[in-house]
Amino acid sequence: MAGYNMMRCGEFRTTYEKDTTIFPTPMSKKFAILGVLLCVIAPLQIGEFSFVSDTLLTLMIQIGYLSIGALGLNILVGFTGQISLGHAAFFGFGAFASAWMNNDFSIPVFFSIPLAGVLTMAVGMIFGMPAARIKGLYLAIATLASQFILEDFFARADWFTGGAAGALANPFEIFGFAISGDRSYYYVVLVYMIAMYILAANLMRSRDGRAFIAVRDHYLSAEVMGINLTWYRVLSFGISSFYAGIAGALFAHYLQYVSVESFNLLLSIQFIGMIIIGGLGSVMGSLMGTVFMVLLPEIMQEAASIITSTSWGNIPAITEGINFMKEMVIGAAIVLFLIFEPDGLAHRWRMIKAYWKLYPFSY
Amino acid sequence: MNWDLLGQLLMNGLIIGALYGVVAMCFVLIYKSTQIVNFAQGEFLLIGAWVCWWFLTTWELPFVVGFLFTLAFMTVFGIVLQTVVLRPMIGEPIISVIMVTIGLSLFFQAGMKWIFGVNVQPFPKVFETETVEIFGMMIQTAYIMSLGISLFIMIGFAWFFKSSKHGLAMRATAFDQQVAQSLGISVKNVFAMAWAISAVVSAVAGVVIGIVNGVSDTLAFIGIKVFPAVILGGLDSIIGAIVGGVIIGLLENFAEYADGQWFQVGNMYTIAPFYVLVIILMIKPYGLFGTKDIERV
Repeated sequence: MAGYNMMRCGEFRTTYEKDTTIFPTPMSKKFAILGVLLCVIAPLQIGEFSFVSDTLLTLMIQIGYLSIGALGLNILVGFTGQISLGHAAFFGFGAFASAWMNNDFSIPVFFSIPLAGVLTMAVGMIFGMPAARIKGLYLAIATLASQFILEDFFARADWFTGGAAGALANPFEIFGFAISGDRSYYYVVLVYMIAMYILAANLMRSRDGRAFIAVRDHYLSAEVMGINLTWYRVLSFGISSFYAGIAGALFAHYLQYVSVESFNLLLSIQFIGMIIIGGLGSVMGSLMGTVFMVLLPEIMQEAASIITSTSWGNIPAITEGINFMKEMVIGAAIVLFLIFEPDGLAHRWRMIKAYWKLYPFSY
Repeated sequence: MNWDLLGQLLMNGLIIGALYGVVAMCFVLIYKSTQIVNFAQGEFLLIGAWVCWWFLTTWELPFVVGFLFTLAFMTVFGIVLQTVVLRPMIGEPIISVIMVTIGLSLFFQAGMKWIFGVNVQPFPKVFETETVEIFGMMIQTAYIMSLGISLFIMIGFAWFFKSSKHGLAMRATAFDQQVAQSLGISVKNVFAMAWAISAVVSAVAGVVIGIVNGVSDTLAFIGIKVFPAVILGGLDSIIGAIVGGVIIGLLENFAEYADGQWFQVGNMYTIAPFYVLVIILMIKPYGLFGTKDIERV
């Protein structure tokens, strides 16, 4: 598990504040601000010219809400060491909850998204109850059961989800101004994403965050040190579901239609894939993993369209099987990363940085 | 009350439950000897059934020959899978091991869909007569065969573990890997053997279900249905797996009957075992026959 930092020679952390800071060097802070600025100006359109195409913008919005969900799962799996195979169900619950509150109680979308997060948190804590007694493998199976139970609930609860017909969600609006179109909605997702990432990074510096890591690393020692295991395990489920709920609600108001079938086991596995590929126990790793997981199928699609345009490549195995190939590659990516790079892209990124810091003299 | 329907459903439950028991036994075999939770167990059934189907239709081999070829293929498949993918994972945390098998299951499931398509393909006719009448109930011949095969496999397992040399080596490894190694047992071989046996026996179950229902990717769902069975029986108990499998098989059919007669909520057949699973985990996490994991500090 990645939980360590490679420190640069000559970089001494003499106070506790310096050790727990989010940005270890002034440079890293500048880069983070630069990154956010780039994200802010990316969708701007000046006349005919725009930095990113509509397709790319769709992908960026997807990365936005999925990375919030992945971050939630990373808090649960990477930081607290609990396993959840039912994350997609909580993601879906958030989506339906927000649409339901907006449609049936006319709560404005602006408030219904955070409220959906809170509601999902409550549900997540109920489903996290088994975690108080069981762990490891048993917990994995229990959360697998919760995935199927919630999926069944979605299909059945007409009052909540609209049953087989699905639910319609209104577009996002803020104090009467409707926000429509991808280029405006992008900012809603971006604001949520930055807020949630700062929240998570700070959570991990707080007492609760350290308690999570202690529960992961050695739960018996943690208990001896006075950490309430039951409470922190359930709380971790709650926080992870809160993130999933927010992500789901953003997803619902982006597509403006929520169908019952979209939150299946495959999506749960994809969430797990994101955090494994990104790096368990790394906040930025969740984002990297999501980017990888969203872009991988798109790149394959592009590659396939190039291959099929040639005369020998235009065969049904590629034209019709591309969707299955995408799933296969996701499965293979999970397996290969676990065998060859168990600490994920976040670790690889640290290695690259360390390499270039001392280039060309590596000693 | 509709007694005929109930009887028929319970009979189906018994037969399907015996098959669940067989698959659960394979799952427990891998868990006991290698400490790996195999989320790709259902894909073994799927691959076995598709390969057998391919031998029978494309190559037009007789059933027995094709079936034996399938078993040979699955032996190699199990060993290769263990050597290439699972061996590097020894000593990794349980989360990683679980996720590797989940990744494998996604990979194989999509791969099978890619190669063989998503449609249900019927098996070529294996038996002359479709159904037999026993105690006034019409039962498909394939079901009788499946019950027979299940019983045969269970007896085979019992013999293997009680009286064969390799079975003894496997039990020793399951009990304590280091002690087994110091006694001259090749733990590597035992691991490979466990995966090979598990793959072969799962493939048999896959072929049997394929003969009755046709081959499609729904077969892989059996691998998930196995979890309620093994948790009910206890994760490390072979007897528990069989008992758990039969109980879950009976339960889901009874749930369907009860649903159809009284509740009318639908989908109970699929979902009832998972409710049972959660309840068992809450009140008796180590199942009926499992070893309690007592921790001392």
